[in-house]
Amino acid sequence: MIVAKSLTKTYGDFTAVDGINFTVTRGEAFGLLGPNGAGKSTTMRMIGATLERTSGDLEILGKDPNSKGPEIRAHLGVVPQQDNLDRELKVWENLYIYGRYFGLSRKFLKRKVDELIGFVQLEEKRDAKTESLSGGMKRRLTIARGLVNEPEILMLDEPTTGLDPQARHVLWDRLFRLKEQGVTLVITTHYMDEAEQLCDRLIVMDKGKIMAEGSPADLIRDYSSREVVEVRFGSAKNAEVAPKIEDLGDRVEVLPDRILIYAENGEEILHQIGVRGFEPVTSLVRRSSLEDVFLRLTGRTLVD
Amino acid sequence: MQPTSSRPSSWIGSNQLIDPDRIRRFGYWYAAEYRLRNMGKWWTAIVAFGLGNPLLYLVSIGLGIGALVNQSVGPNGIEGVSYLEFLAPALLATACIQGAMDETSFPVFEGFVWTKYIYAMNTAGLTESHITGGIMIASFIRCVATGLMYGGILIAFGAIDAAHLPALMLASIFAGMGFAATMMAFAAYTKEDDGFFAVVGRFVIAPMFMFSGTFYPIENTPIYLQWIGWISPLWHSTNLGRNLSYGHPVEPWLMAVHFAFLASLYFVGFYFAARKFKSRLAE
Repeated sequence: MIVAKSLTKTYGDFTAVDGINFTVTRGEAFGLLGPNGAGKSTTMRMIGATLERTSGDLEILGKDPNSKGPEIRAHLGVVPQQDNLDRELKVWENLYIYGRYFGLSRKFLKRKVDELIGFVQLEEKRDAKTESLSGGMKRRLTIARGLVNEPEILMLDEPTTGLDPQARHVLWDRLFRLKEQGVTLVITTHYMDEAEQLCDRLIVMDKGKIMAEGSPADLIRDYSSREVVEVRFGSAKNAEVAPKIEDLGDRVEVLPDRILIYAENGEEILHQIGVRGFEPVTSLVRRSSLEDVFLRLTGRTLVD
Repeated sequence: MQPTSSRPSSWIGSNQLIDPDRIRRFGYWYAAEYRLRNMGKWWTAIVAFGLGNPLLYLVSIGLGIGALVNQSVGPNGIEGVSYLEFLAPALLATACIQGAMDETSFPVFEGFVWTKYIYAMNTAGLTESHITGGIMIASFIRCVATGLMYGGILIAFGAIDAAHLPALMLASIFAGMGFAATMMAFAAYTKEDDGFFAVVGRFVIAPMFMFSGTFYPIENTPIYLQWIGWISPLWHSTNLGRNLSYGHPVEPWLMAVHFAFLASLYFVGFYFAARKFKSRLAE
Protein backbone atom coordinates (compact mmCIF):
# COMPACT_ATOMS: atom_id res chain seq x y z
CA MET A 1 0.00 0.00 0.00
CA ILE A 2 2.80 2.40 0.91
CA VAL A 3 6.47 2.12 0.01
CA ALA A 4 8.93 4.80 1.14
CA LYS A 5 12.59 4.72 0.16
CA SER A 6 15.05 7.33 1.44
CA LEU A 7 12.07 9.60 1.92
CA THR A 8 13.29 13.09 2.79
CA LYS A 9 11.70 16.46 3.47
CA THR A 10 13.73 19.55 4.15
CA TYR A 11 12.66 23.12 4.85
CA GLY A 12 15.68 25.26 4.05
CA ASP A 13 18.46 24.01 6.33
CA PHE A 14 16.10 22.05 8.52
CA THR A 15 15.61 18.37 7.75
CA ALA A 16 12.19 17.34 9.02
CA VAL A 17 12.30 13.80 7.61
CA ASP A 18 15.72 12.34 6.98
CA GLY A 19 15.87 9.53 4.44
CA ILE A 20 13.46 7.04 6.01
CA ASN A 21 12.49 3.64 4.58
CA PHE A 22 9.35 1.71 5.39
CA THR A 23 6.51 -0.22 3.84
CA VAL A 24 2.89 -0.66 4.87
CA THR A 25 0.95 -3.66 3.68
CA ARG A 26 -2.79 -4.08 3.18
CA GLY A 27 -4.85 -4.55 6.31
CA GLU A 28 -2.03 -3.57 8.60
CA ALA A 29 -2.22 -1.06 11.45
CA PHE A 30 1.02 0.81 11.09
CA GLY A 31 2.25 3.31 13.64
CA LEU A 32 4.67 6.20 13.70
CA LEU A 33 5.76 6.70 17.28
CA GLY A 34 7.90 9.58 18.43
CA PRO A 35 7.95 12.79 20.40
CA ASN A 36 6.62 16.10 19.09
CA GLY A 37 8.81 17.34 16.27
CA ALA A 38 10.09 13.88 15.33
CA GLY A 39 8.83 14.24 11.75
CA LYS A 40 5.70 12.12 12.11
CA SER A 41 3.22 14.68 10.90
CA THR A 42 5.45 15.68 8.01
CA THR A 43 5.68 12.02 7.02
CA MET A 44 1.90 11.74 7.30
CA ARG A 45 1.34 14.70 5.03
CA MET A 46 3.65 13.21 2.43
CA ILE A 47 1.73 9.93 2.63
CA GLY A 48 -1.49 11.93 2.47
CA ALA A 49 -0.26 13.40 -0.83
CA THR A 50 -0.67 16.99 0.32
CA LEU A 51 3.03 17.69 0.84
CA GLU A 52 5.68 17.04 -1.80
CA ARG A 53 8.84 15.24 -0.76
CA THR A 54 12.23 16.85 -1.23
CA SER A 55 13.92 13.62 -2.33
CA GLY A 56 13.66 9.85 -2.21
CA ASP A 57 10.84 7.67 -3.50
CA LEU A 58 7.32 7.33 -2.26
CA GLU A 59 4.61 5.13 -3.69
CA ILE A 60 1.07 5.13 -2.35
CA LEU A 61 -1.44 2.65 -3.74
CA GLY A 62 1.02 2.10 -6.56
CA LYS A 63 1.14 5.77 -7.54
CA ASP A 64 3.57 8.64 -7.12
CA PRO A 65 1.96 11.33 -4.93
CA ASN A 66 3.96 14.11 -6.58
CA SER A 67 2.21 13.54 -9.89
CA LYS A 68 -1.01 11.72 -8.89
CA GLY A 69 -1.88 13.58 -5.69
CA PRO A 70 -5.63 14.09 -6.22
CA GLU A 71 -6.14 10.52 -7.46
CA ILE A 72 -4.39 9.10 -4.41
CA ARG A 73 -6.23 11.42 -2.03
CA ALA A 74 -9.54 10.17 -3.38
CA HIS A 75 -8.73 6.77 -1.84
CA LEU A 76 -7.44 7.98 1.51
CA GLY A 77 -9.28 8.82 4.69
CA VAL A 78 -7.58 11.57 6.64
CA VAL A 79 -8.08 12.44 10.29
CA PRO A 80 -5.91 15.50 10.88
CA GLN A 81 -4.44 16.40 14.23
CA GLN A 82 -6.45 19.59 14.30
CA ASP A 83 -10.14 19.11 13.57
CA ASN A 84 -11.14 21.06 10.50
CA LEU A 85 -14.86 20.46 10.80
CA ASP A 86 -17.31 23.23 10.00
CA ARG A 87 -18.66 24.24 13.35
CA GLU A 88 -21.67 26.03 11.89
CA LEU A 89 -22.89 22.94 10.09
CA LYS A 90 -24.80 20.14 11.72
CA VAL A 91 -23.09 16.86 12.49
CA TRP A 92 -24.68 15.03 9.55
CA GLU A 93 -23.95 17.93 7.21
CA ASN A 94 -20.24 17.72 7.91
CA LEU A 95 -20.23 14.11 6.76
CA TYR A 96 -22.50 14.76 3.83
CA ILE A 97 -20.59 17.70 2.44
CA TYR A 98 -17.26 15.91 2.81
CA GLY A 99 -18.70 12.97 0.90
CA ARG A 100 -19.75 15.34 -1.85
CA TYR A 101 -16.09 16.42 -2.26
CA PHE A 102 -15.48 12.86 -3.49
CA GLY A 103 -18.33 13.13 -5.93
CA LEU A 104 -20.42 10.59 -4.00
CA SER A 105 -24.08 10.61 -4.93
CA ARG A 106 -26.70 12.16 -2.64
CA LYS A 107 -28.52 8.85 -2.51
CA PHE A 108 -25.45 6.92 -1.40
CA LEU A 109 -24.55 9.57 1.15
CA LYS A 110 -27.99 9.60 2.68
CA ARG A 111 -27.46 6.01 3.76
CA LYS A 112 -23.74 6.29 4.42
CA VAL A 113 -23.98 9.32 6.68
CA ASP A 114 -26.42 7.63 9.04
CA GLU A 115 -24.41 4.44 9.03
CA LEU A 116 -21.26 6.33 10.03
CA ILE A 117 -23.07 8.36 12.67
CA GLY A 118 -24.12 5.04 14.16
CA PHE A 119 -20.61 3.68 13.92
CA VAL A 120 -19.11 6.56 15.90
CA GLN A 121 -22.09 6.61 18.28
CA LEU A 122 -23.27 10.14 17.62
CA GLU A 123 -26.92 9.28 16.85
CA GLU A 124 -28.21 11.70 19.44
CA LYS A 125 -26.11 14.50 18.02
CA ARG A 126 -27.01 13.91 14.40
CA ASP A 127 -28.86 17.21 14.01
CA ALA A 128 -26.82 19.22 16.50
CA LYS A 129 -24.53 22.01 15.50
CA THR A 130 -20.99 20.65 15.37
CA GLU A 131 -19.89 23.50 17.62
CA SER A 132 -21.78 21.91 20.52
CA LEU A 133 -19.80 18.64 20.48
CA SER A 134 -17.15 17.75 23.07
CA GLY A 135 -13.55 17.21 22.01
CA GLY A 136 -13.95 13.44 21.93
CA MET A 137 -17.15 13.66 19.89
CA LYS A 138 -15.52 15.99 17.39
CA ARG A 139 -12.67 13.57 16.98
CA ARG A 140 -15.10 10.72 16.42
CA LEU A 141 -16.93 12.81 13.87
CA THR A 142 -13.64 13.52 12.11
CA ILE A 143 -12.96 9.79 12.02
CA ALA A 144 -16.41 9.16 10.58
CA ARG A 145 -15.70 11.83 8.00
CA GLY A 146 -12.45 10.09 7.11
CA LEU A 147 -14.44 6.93 6.39
CA VAL A 148 -17.11 8.45 4.17
CA ASN A 149 -15.30 7.49 0.96
CA GLU A 150 -14.60 3.97 2.28
CA PRO A 151 -10.88 4.58 1.96
CA GLU A 152 -8.13 2.11 1.20
CA ILE A 153 -6.03 3.65 3.94
CA LEU A 154 -7.25 5.57 6.99
CA MET A 155 -4.62 7.97 8.29
CA LEU A 156 -4.89 9.29 11.82
CA ASP A 157 -2.57 11.99 13.10
CA GLU A 158 -2.44 11.94 16.90
CA PRO A 159 -6.03 10.68 17.16
CA THR A 160 -6.41 10.91 20.92
CA THR A 161 -4.24 13.88 21.85
CA GLY A 162 -6.15 16.17 24.18
CA LEU A 163 -8.89 13.63 24.99
CA ASP A 164 -9.79 12.39 28.44
CA PRO A 165 -9.14 8.69 29.25
CA GLN A 166 -12.73 7.59 28.69
CA ALA A 167 -12.98 9.32 25.32
CA ARG A 168 -9.68 7.72 24.31
CA HIS A 169 -10.99 4.25 25.08
CA VAL A 170 -14.17 4.82 23.08
CA LEU A 171 -12.06 5.95 20.17
CA TRP A 172 -9.67 3.04 20.42
CA ASP A 173 -12.61 0.67 20.40
CA ARG A 174 -13.87 2.18 17.14
CA LEU A 175 -10.43 2.04 15.55
CA PHE A 176 -10.01 -1.53 16.69
CA ARG A 177 -13.23 -2.46 14.91
CA LEU A 178 -11.97 -0.87 11.72
CA LYS A 179 -8.78 -2.83 12.02
CA GLU A 180 -10.76 -6.04 12.41
CA GLN A 181 -12.64 -5.14 9.28
CA GLY A 182 -9.34 -5.02 7.41
CA VAL A 183 -9.05 -1.27 6.90
CA THR A 184 -5.39 -0.29 6.64
CA LEU A 185 -4.56 2.18 9.39
CA VAL A 186 -1.61 4.54 9.60
CA ILE A 187 -1.42 6.21 12.99
CA THR A 188 0.97 8.72 14.48
CA THR A 189 1.11 9.05 18.21
CA HIS A 190 3.37 10.06 21.01
CA TYR A 191 1.46 7.83 23.41
CA MET A 192 3.09 4.45 23.80
CA ASP A 193 -0.07 2.86 25.18
CA GLU A 194 -1.92 3.93 22.06
CA ALA A 195 0.77 2.47 19.84
CA GLU A 196 0.74 -0.78 21.82
CA GLN A 197 -3.03 -1.04 21.67
CA LEU A 198 -3.55 -0.29 18.02
CA CYS A 199 -0.45 -0.98 15.99
CA ASP A 200 0.60 -4.29 14.47
CA ARG A 201 3.89 -2.77 13.52
CA LEU A 202 5.51 0.56 14.07
CA ILE A 203 8.50 2.71 13.48
CA VAL A 204 10.01 4.74 16.28
CA MET A 205 11.04 8.14 14.98
CA ASP A 206 13.24 10.80 16.45
CA LYS A 207 14.70 13.90 14.78
CA GLY A 208 13.44 12.82 11.37
CA LYS A 209 15.07 9.40 11.48
CA ILE A 210 13.78 5.90 12.17
CA MET A 211 15.33 4.57 15.37
CA ALA A 212 13.71 1.13 15.31
CA GLU A 213 11.02 -0.84 13.53
CA GLY A 214 8.94 -3.85 14.48
CA SER A 215 5.84 -5.01 16.33
CA PRO A 216 5.36 -3.55 19.83
CA ALA A 217 6.27 -6.92 21.36
CA ASP A 218 9.38 -7.32 19.19
CA LEU A 219 10.57 -3.85 20.01
CA ILE A 220 10.13 -4.40 23.72
CA ARG A 221 11.94 -7.72 23.52
CA ASP A 222 14.79 -6.31 21.43
CA TYR A 223 15.32 -3.04 23.23
CA SER A 224 14.16 -3.63 26.74
CA SER A 225 13.89 -6.31 29.41
CA ARG A 226 10.70 -8.10 30.37
CA GLU A 227 10.09 -6.06 33.53
CA VAL A 228 11.01 -2.72 34.94
CA VAL A 229 11.40 -1.66 38.56
CA GLU A 230 10.67 1.98 39.24
CA VAL A 231 11.99 3.27 42.55
CA ARG A 232 11.91 6.73 44.04
CA PHE A 233 14.23 7.82 46.82
CA GLY A 234 13.32 11.50 46.62
CA SER A 235 14.77 13.76 43.96
CA ALA A 236 17.82 14.68 46.01
CA LYS A 237 18.84 11.09 46.75
CA ASN A 238 18.11 9.34 43.43
CA ALA A 239 21.48 10.16 41.85
CA GLU A 240 23.29 9.18 45.04
CA VAL A 241 21.68 5.74 45.34
CA ALA A 242 21.76 4.87 41.64
CA PRO A 243 25.47 3.83 41.43
CA LYS A 244 25.00 1.51 44.39
CA ILE A 245 22.23 -0.51 42.79
CA GLU A 246 23.05 -0.25 39.09
CA ASP A 247 24.65 -3.70 38.97
CA LEU A 248 21.37 -5.35 39.96
CA GLY A 249 19.54 -5.33 36.63
CA ASP A 250 20.46 -5.48 32.94
CA ARG A 251 20.46 -1.70 32.74
CA VAL A 252 19.62 1.34 34.84
CA GLU A 253 18.16 4.69 33.79
CA VAL A 254 18.27 7.60 36.21
CA LEU A 255 15.50 10.11 35.55
CA PRO A 256 15.09 13.33 37.55
CA ASP A 257 12.25 11.89 39.62
CA ARG A 258 12.96 8.14 39.66
CA ILE A 259 15.35 5.29 38.88
CA LEU A 260 14.39 2.59 36.39
CA ILE A 261 16.01 -0.81 36.65
CA TYR A 262 15.48 -3.17 33.74
CA ALA A 263 15.44 -6.88 34.55
CA GLU A 264 13.71 -10.18 33.83
CA ASN A 265 12.38 -10.48 37.37
CA GLY A 266 11.39 -7.20 38.94
CA GLU A 267 10.28 -8.51 42.32
CA GLU A 268 13.65 -10.15 42.85
CA ILE A 269 15.45 -6.85 42.12
CA LEU A 270 13.20 -4.99 44.53
CA HIS A 271 14.05 -7.57 47.19
CA GLN A 272 17.79 -7.12 46.52
CA ILE A 273 17.50 -3.35 46.91
CA GLY A 274 16.03 -3.94 50.36
CA VAL A 275 18.78 -6.43 51.23
CA ARG A 276 21.36 -3.72 50.45
CA GLY A 277 19.69 -1.52 53.00
CA PHE A 278 17.92 1.02 50.75
CA GLU A 279 14.33 1.99 51.45
CA PRO A 280 12.63 3.56 48.40
CA VAL A 281 9.85 6.07 49.13
CA THR A 282 7.74 4.40 46.46
CA SER A 283 8.36 1.38 44.26
CA LEU A 284 6.62 -0.24 41.33
CA VAL A 285 7.27 -3.35 39.30
CA ARG A 286 5.75 -3.30 35.82
CA ARG A 287 6.13 -4.81 32.39
CA SER A 288 8.33 -3.05 29.87
CA SER A 289 6.58 -0.74 27.46
CA LEU A 290 7.39 1.19 24.32
CA GLU A 291 8.20 4.13 26.54
CA ASP A 292 11.19 2.13 27.77
CA VAL A 293 12.13 1.29 24.20
CA PHE A 294 12.11 4.94 23.34
CA LEU A 295 14.11 5.86 26.40
CA ARG A 296 16.69 3.25 25.49
CA LEU A 297 16.91 4.42 21.88
CA THR A 298 17.05 8.15 22.47
CA GLY A 299 17.90 8.69 26.12
CA ARG A 300 14.74 10.76 26.41
CA THR A 301 11.15 10.18 27.45
CA LEU A 302 8.35 10.45 24.91
CA VAL A 303 6.21 13.00 26.67
CA ASP A 304 8.33 15.76 28.12
CA MET B 1 -21.33 4.17 26.20
CA GLN B 2 -23.54 1.46 24.73
CA PRO B 3 -21.76 -1.32 22.90
CA THR B 4 -22.92 -1.43 19.33
CA SER B 5 -22.21 -3.67 16.43
CA SER B 6 -22.83 -1.06 13.80
CA ARG B 7 -19.62 -1.82 11.96
CA PRO B 8 -20.03 -0.52 8.42
CA SER B 9 -21.71 -3.54 6.96
CA SER B 10 -21.85 -2.79 3.27
CA TRP B 11 -18.31 -1.66 2.64
CA ILE B 12 -17.80 -1.31 -1.09
CA GLY B 13 -14.42 0.40 -1.00
CA SER B 14 -13.22 3.58 -2.59
CA ASN B 15 -11.90 1.75 -5.64
CA GLN B 16 -15.43 1.02 -6.80
CA LEU B 17 -17.11 3.94 -5.15
CA ILE B 18 -15.05 6.83 -6.42
CA ASP B 19 -14.43 8.04 -9.91
CA PRO B 20 -11.42 10.39 -9.94
CA ASP B 21 -12.48 11.68 -13.37
CA ARG B 22 -15.74 12.82 -11.89
CA ILE B 23 -13.94 14.74 -9.17
CA ARG B 24 -11.65 16.28 -11.78
CA ARG B 25 -14.59 17.42 -13.87
CA PHE B 26 -17.08 18.50 -11.21
CA GLY B 27 -14.78 19.41 -8.30
CA TYR B 28 -15.76 23.07 -8.71
CA TRP B 29 -19.37 22.26 -8.03
CA TYR B 30 -18.56 20.19 -4.97
CA ALA B 31 -16.57 23.06 -3.52
CA ALA B 32 -19.37 25.49 -4.45
CA GLU B 33 -21.93 23.23 -2.79
CA TYR B 34 -20.14 23.62 0.50
CA ARG B 35 -19.93 27.38 0.17
CA LEU B 36 -23.65 27.58 -0.66
CA ARG B 37 -24.55 25.42 2.32
CA ASN B 38 -22.42 27.65 4.51
CA MET B 39 -24.14 30.70 3.02
CA GLY B 40 -27.48 29.06 3.71
CA LYS B 41 -26.74 29.33 7.43
CA TRP B 42 -26.84 33.13 7.06
CA TRP B 43 -29.54 33.50 4.46
CA THR B 44 -31.84 35.59 6.64
CA ALA B 45 -29.05 38.10 7.23
CA ILE B 46 -28.17 38.07 3.54
CA VAL B 47 -31.78 38.79 2.54
CA ALA B 48 -32.25 41.38 5.27
CA PHE B 49 -29.15 43.29 4.16
CA GLY B 50 -29.94 42.70 0.52
CA LEU B 51 -33.32 44.40 0.84
CA GLY B 52 -32.66 46.76 3.75
CA ASN B 53 -29.59 48.35 2.29
CA PRO B 54 -31.19 49.66 -0.92
CA LEU B 55 -34.31 50.75 0.97
CA LEU B 56 -32.29 52.92 3.32
CA TYR B 57 -30.12 54.25 0.54
CA LEU B 58 -32.95 55.12 -1.77
CA VAL B 59 -34.99 56.81 0.91
CA SER B 60 -32.12 58.87 2.28
CA ILE B 61 -29.84 59.66 -0.64
CA GLY B 62 -31.94 58.84 -3.65
CA LEU B 63 -35.10 60.59 -2.57
CA GLY B 64 -33.83 63.00 0.08
CA ILE B 65 -30.70 64.32 -1.53
CA GLY B 66 -32.17 63.55 -4.92
CA ALA B 67 -35.01 66.05 -4.32
CA LEU B 68 -32.45 68.69 -3.46
CA VAL B 69 -30.33 67.94 -6.55
CA ASN B 70 -33.33 67.82 -8.86
CA GLN B 71 -34.44 71.17 -7.50
CA SER B 72 -31.14 72.84 -8.20
CA VAL B 73 -30.35 71.28 -11.60
CA GLY B 74 -33.80 71.88 -13.02
CA PRO B 75 -36.22 69.67 -14.96
CA ASN B 76 -33.54 68.12 -17.21
CA GLY B 77 -31.76 66.56 -14.23
CA ILE B 78 -28.25 65.20 -14.57
CA GLU B 79 -27.49 63.97 -18.09
CA GLY B 80 -31.20 64.27 -18.83
CA VAL B 81 -32.38 61.93 -16.08
CA SER B 82 -33.43 62.34 -12.47
CA TYR B 83 -30.80 62.08 -9.79
CA LEU B 84 -32.21 58.72 -8.73
CA GLU B 85 -31.83 57.32 -12.22
CA PHE B 86 -28.33 58.72 -12.41
CA LEU B 87 -27.45 57.10 -9.11
CA ALA B 88 -29.08 53.70 -9.72
CA PRO B 89 -26.39 52.00 -11.87
CA ALA B 90 -23.71 52.90 -9.34
CA LEU B 91 -25.79 51.64 -6.41
CA LEU B 92 -26.53 48.38 -8.16
CA ALA B 93 -22.87 47.85 -9.02
CA THR B 94 -21.85 48.62 -5.44
CA ALA B 95 -24.34 46.08 -4.14
CA CYS B 96 -23.04 43.40 -6.51
CA ILE B 97 -19.44 44.17 -5.59
CA GLN B 98 -20.23 43.97 -1.88
CA GLY B 99 -22.22 40.76 -2.21
CA ALA B 100 -19.58 39.07 -4.35
CA MET B 101 -16.62 40.09 -2.22
CA ASP B 102 -18.36 38.98 0.98
CA GLU B 103 -18.03 35.45 -0.40
CA THR B 104 -14.36 35.69 -1.38
CA SER B 105 -12.68 37.76 1.33
CA PHE B 106 -13.47 36.44 4.81
CA PRO B 107 -14.45 32.97 3.60
CA VAL B 108 -10.97 32.50 2.12
CA PHE B 109 -9.26 33.76 5.25
CA GLU B 110 -11.53 31.56 7.33
CA GLY B 111 -10.76 28.54 5.17
CA PHE B 112 -7.03 28.88 5.62
CA VAL B 113 -6.84 30.14 9.18
CA TRP B 114 -9.95 29.47 11.25
CA THR B 115 -12.03 26.50 10.17
CA LYS B 116 -9.40 25.33 7.66
CA TYR B 117 -12.10 23.97 5.37
CA ILE B 118 -9.82 24.63 2.42
CA TYR B 119 -7.37 22.07 3.77
CA ALA B 120 -10.21 19.62 4.33
CA MET B 121 -11.29 20.00 0.69
CA ASN B 122 -7.73 19.50 -0.42
CA THR B 123 -7.24 16.28 1.56
CA ALA B 124 -10.36 14.95 -0.17
CA GLY B 125 -8.76 15.35 -3.57
CA LEU B 126 -10.03 18.76 -4.66
CA THR B 127 -7.30 20.87 -6.22
CA GLU B 128 -6.63 24.57 -5.81
CA SER B 129 -8.46 25.25 -9.08
CA HIS B 130 -11.52 23.35 -7.87
CA ILE B 131 -11.55 25.24 -4.59
CA THR B 132 -11.01 28.71 -6.05
CA GLY B 133 -13.50 27.89 -8.79
CA GLY B 134 -16.08 26.75 -6.23
CA ILE B 135 -15.64 29.88 -4.16
CA MET B 136 -16.15 32.00 -7.28
CA ILE B 137 -19.29 30.08 -8.26
CA ALA B 138 -20.76 30.74 -4.81
CA SER B 139 -19.66 34.35 -5.06
CA PHE B 140 -21.38 34.64 -8.45
CA ILE B 141 -24.63 33.28 -7.06
CA ARG B 142 -24.49 35.67 -4.12
CA CYS B 143 -23.66 38.52 -6.51
CA VAL B 144 -26.65 37.75 -8.74
CA ALA B 145 -29.00 37.27 -5.79
CA THR B 146 -27.92 40.54 -4.19
CA GLY B 147 -28.20 42.33 -7.52
CA LEU B 148 -31.70 41.04 -8.16
CA MET B 149 -32.91 42.08 -4.72
CA TYR B 150 -31.39 45.51 -5.17
CA GLY B 151 -32.70 45.74 -8.72
CA GLY B 152 -36.21 44.88 -7.54
CA ILE B 153 -36.16 47.73 -5.05
CA LEU B 154 -34.74 50.11 -7.67
CA ILE B 155 -37.59 49.22 -9.99
CA ALA B 156 -40.13 49.66 -7.18
CA PHE B 157 -38.78 53.16 -6.54
CA GLY B 158 -38.85 53.99 -10.23
CA ALA B 159 -35.08 54.44 -10.23
CA ILE B 160 -34.67 52.14 -13.22
CA ASP B 161 -36.87 50.79 -15.93
CA ALA B 162 -37.47 47.03 -15.55
CA ALA B 163 -36.42 46.55 -19.16
CA HIS B 164 -32.97 47.89 -18.32
CA LEU B 165 -32.37 45.53 -15.44
CA PRO B 166 -30.66 42.75 -17.47
CA ALA B 167 -28.15 45.16 -18.99
CA LEU B 168 -27.50 46.84 -15.65
CA MET B 169 -27.07 43.45 -14.02
CA LEU B 170 -24.54 42.50 -16.65
CA ALA B 171 -22.44 45.58 -15.96
CA SER B 172 -22.76 45.10 -12.20
CA ILE B 173 -21.92 41.39 -12.26
CA PHE B 174 -18.78 42.11 -14.28
CA ALA B 175 -17.71 44.55 -11.57
CA GLY B 176 -18.70 42.20 -8.77
CA MET B 177 -16.79 39.24 -10.14
CA GLY B 178 -13.74 41.29 -11.05
CA PHE B 179 -13.57 42.71 -7.58
CA ALA B 180 -14.36 39.40 -5.89
CA ALA B 181 -11.53 37.61 -7.72
CA THR B 182 -9.11 40.37 -6.72
CA MET B 183 -10.22 40.11 -3.11
CA MET B 184 -9.85 36.34 -3.20
CA ALA B 185 -6.22 36.82 -4.22
CA PHE B 186 -5.60 39.36 -1.42
CA ALA B 187 -7.32 37.12 1.11
CA ALA B 188 -5.18 34.18 0.00
CA TYR B 189 -2.07 36.21 0.79
CA THR B 190 -3.41 37.22 4.22
CA LYS B 191 -2.05 35.05 7.01
CA GLU B 192 -3.13 36.95 10.09
CA ASP B 193 -6.24 38.87 10.87
CA ASP B 194 -4.36 42.08 11.56
CA GLY B 195 -7.17 44.30 10.42
CA PHE B 196 -6.51 43.78 6.74
CA PHE B 197 -10.20 43.59 5.88
CA ALA B 198 -10.98 46.71 7.88
CA VAL B 199 -8.22 48.49 5.96
CA VAL B 200 -9.74 47.33 2.68
CA GLY B 201 -13.15 48.61 3.78
CA ARG B 202 -11.88 52.03 4.80
CA PHE B 203 -9.15 52.72 2.29
CA VAL B 204 -10.31 50.82 -0.77
CA ILE B 205 -14.08 50.42 -0.73
CA ALA B 206 -14.93 53.80 0.79
CA PRO B 207 -12.76 55.96 -1.53
CA MET B 208 -13.84 53.83 -4.48
CA PHE B 209 -17.45 54.55 -3.60
CA MET B 210 -16.80 58.29 -3.23
CA PHE B 211 -14.61 58.92 -6.26
CA SER B 212 -15.97 56.65 -8.96
CA GLY B 213 -18.52 59.05 -10.33
CA THR B 214 -21.08 57.44 -8.06
CA PHE B 215 -22.77 60.62 -6.82
CA TYR B 216 -21.77 63.03 -9.56
CA PRO B 217 -20.17 62.66 -12.99
CA ILE B 218 -16.51 61.70 -12.67
CA GLU B 219 -15.60 64.74 -14.80
CA ASN B 220 -16.65 66.89 -11.83
CA THR B 221 -13.95 65.31 -9.68
CA PRO B 222 -10.65 67.25 -9.50
CA ILE B 223 -8.32 65.77 -12.11
CA TYR B 224 -5.81 64.62 -9.48
CA LEU B 225 -8.48 62.38 -7.94
CA GLN B 226 -9.94 61.07 -11.16
CA TRP B 227 -7.36 58.25 -11.34
CA ILE B 228 -9.16 56.60 -8.43
CA GLY B 229 -12.15 56.27 -10.71
CA TRP B 230 -10.12 54.99 -13.63
CA ILE B 231 -8.73 52.07 -11.65
CA SER B 232 -11.99 51.48 -9.82
CA PRO B 233 -14.18 48.64 -11.05
CA LEU B 234 -17.11 50.66 -9.78
CA TRP B 235 -16.52 53.49 -12.23
CA HIS B 236 -16.08 51.13 -15.15
CA SER B 237 -19.28 49.36 -14.23
CA THR B 238 -21.23 52.55 -13.50
CA ASN B 239 -20.25 54.11 -16.79
CA LEU B 240 -21.26 50.92 -18.58
CA GLY B 241 -24.55 50.80 -16.72
CA ARG B 242 -25.40 54.43 -17.41
CA ASN B 243 -24.85 53.83 -21.08
CA LEU B 244 -26.83 50.63 -21.16
CA SER B 245 -29.76 51.99 -19.15
CA TYR B 246 -30.46 55.58 -20.12
CA GLY B 247 -28.02 56.00 -22.98
CA HIS B 248 -25.35 58.09 -21.26
CA PRO B 249 -22.91 58.66 -24.14
CA VAL B 250 -19.85 56.42 -24.02
CA GLU B 251 -17.51 55.90 -26.96
CA PRO B 252 -17.59 52.30 -28.27
CA TRP B 253 -13.86 51.91 -27.60
CA LEU B 254 -14.40 52.98 -23.99
CA MET B 255 -17.24 50.47 -23.64
CA ALA B 256 -14.78 47.80 -24.76
CA VAL B 257 -12.21 49.09 -22.27
CA HIS B 258 -14.76 48.88 -19.45
CA PHE B 259 -15.58 45.26 -20.17
CA ALA B 260 -11.94 44.36 -20.76
CA PHE B 261 -10.81 46.06 -17.54
CA LEU B 262 -13.38 44.24 -15.42
CA ALA B 263 -12.70 40.91 -17.14
CA SER B 264 -8.96 41.28 -16.68
CA LEU B 265 -9.42 42.06 -12.98
CA TYR B 266 -11.23 38.76 -12.76
CA PHE B 267 -8.62 36.73 -14.60
CA VAL B 268 -5.61 38.31 -12.92
CA GLY B 269 -7.22 37.97 -9.48
CA PHE B 270 -8.19 34.38 -10.13
CA TYR B 271 -4.71 33.52 -11.40
CA PHE B 272 -2.94 34.92 -8.34
CA ALA B 273 -5.48 33.42 -5.97
CA ALA B 274 -5.09 29.91 -7.44
CA ARG B 275 -1.32 30.27 -7.36
CA LYS B 276 -1.32 31.31 -3.73
CA PHE B 277 -3.84 28.61 -2.79
CA LYS B 278 -1.52 26.03 -4.31
CA SER B 279 1.54 27.22 -2.41
CA ARG B 280 -0.31 27.57 0.89
CA LEU B 281 -1.78 24.09 0.62
CA ALA B 282 1.71 22.71 0.01
CA GLU B 283 3.31 24.48 2.99
